[in-house]
Amino acid sequence: MTRDHQDRIQQVQSITETGHSMNQQTELKMKARDVKVYYGNDQAIKGIDMDVVKNEVLAFIGPSGCGKSTFLRCLNRMNDTIDICRVTGTIELDGQNMYDPSLDVVQLRAQVGMVFQKPNPFPKSIYDNIAYGPKLHGLASKKSDLDDIVESSLQKAGLWNEVKDRLDQPGTGLSGGQQQRLCIARTIAVSPEVILMDEPCSALDPIATSIIEELIDELKANFTIVMVTHNMQQAARVSDRTAFFHLGELVEVGATNEVFTNPKHKRTEDYITGRYG
Amino acid sequence: MNKITGHYSQSYDSELNEAVDRLLTMGALVEQQLRDAIKAFIKGDRELAQQVIQTDRKVNTYEISIEEHCLEIIARRQPAARDLRLIMGVLKSINDVERVGDQAEHIAKQLLEEDCQRPTDAQLEDIEMMGDKVLHMLQQSLKAFKEMDAALALAVLKQDKLVDNDYGRILRHNLTYMLEDTRQITRGLHLIWVARALERIGDHAQNICEFSIFIAKGKNVSHLTEEEVEAVVDKGKK
Repeated sequence: MTRDHQDRIQQVQSITETGHSMNQQTELKMKARDVKVYYGNDQAIKGIDMDVVKNEVLAFIGPSGCGKSTFLRCLNRMNDTIDICRVTGTIELDGQNMYDPSLDVVQLRAQVGMVFQKPNPFPKSIYDNIAYGPKLHGLASKKSDLDDIVESSLQKAGLWNEVKDRLDQPGTGLSGGQQQRLCIARTIAVSPEVILMDEPCSALDPIATSIIEELIDELKANFTIVMVTHNMQQAARVSDRTAFFHLGELVEVGATNEVFTNPKHKRTEDYITGRYG
Repeated sequence: MNKITGHYSQSYDSELNEAVDRLLTMGALVEQQLRDAIKAFIKGDRELAQQVIQTDRKVNTYEISIEEHCLEIIARRQPAARDLRLIMGVLKSINDVERVGDQAEHIAKQLLEEDCQRPTDAQLEDIEMMGDKVLHMLQQSLKAFKEMDAALALAVLKQDKLVDNDYGRILRHNLTYMLEDTRQITRGLHLIWVARALERIGDHAQNICEFSIFIAKGKNVSHLTEEEVEAVVDKGKK
């Protein structure tokens, strides 16, 4: 175990309100400190400190406009694509500053992948949808290696059996739930460490939603997952920890069972019980 | 605005209020049943004892209807946080209230099965005093539930020791009588069973208080020491 690795374990153990059992040895994956986000003159995020623990599912909940998606997008510098957006504070991935100007953002986004609200497969074949990332990042030198990546990614995303006989057909021809799993497979194909999901099931029916939720549960063995959801029951079902955002602030983050049975803050309680605060 | 209301959905407010109201109505019915059972036993009023037994069916009907109401709320509303604790508290409390009804019935049956000399005035006075304490505990536990008042619930919890002491005293007295005079055994046993039923009712009132603290404070205090419960109740409000 490296010194750096030990430090990160130590950091997590010293955090008081992570909601994790202190007996459980947990490793810090991401660390955000005093993160502020501005859109022009408007401040959308007001100084958030948060830790993301390796192999956990962390859910962000909160009313529309509370900043949860904005904060999620900070975690792989997706906000860089918005001209008027300015991010201050520090966010580290495995102890390395993600906002270091010398950092390769394309490489970063391979390490921290993202799945969006609406399935957005490329207008290409199912095979090419998955193979695109590994090709771009030079992860496969031979066709057989690429075939292996495509198969294992589709396997992990629970889609292989449904599409193995039609890999050459367009990804856009799949059902909504299958398209979303294709997008997850595409994200997995470049071997990320963290997967960000921005309301991944909001465009899906309940059965497709259950399949994705089941998948999230399986994926956490290999990846760290941070998801935004408007569906509080979904957060309750799939996440290990839940963070409640309100008006650009992180009100509370804790073990999901605590947040949903005995939240610490009145604002959280009012939101999850459907009360006007 | 009470502690239940304030949801965006007013019908959700009404549904939760109704769950509590029905529990309190059931509680009031059982309270009357217990009062009648004690009175019947003291006065030797067999007709009243019969009425106590008949009330039990009504209590059971309440229990089922409240359970169904809570189940519907869970299925339709997926309550969280305090609402979830409230529904759980109601579901658990109805079980205790129903058991209080069973114990009241048990007291009434002691009279109906009595085929010996009536207890002495002093013996009946002991039962009456213990009964008053238990009735008070039951009333206060339901009040604490209604108002989600953890401090009141704690005060009721503390009263249980007095009831336990009464039971111990009545048990010792009657055992002494029975040892001295075997003809007293049947009468002594009836008295012990009645005191035992009252002691059990004290425990049920205690459970209801623990659920009130759970709802108000979010912490399960069953099996905690009195000092630990005090610490939970004293913990600052959100």
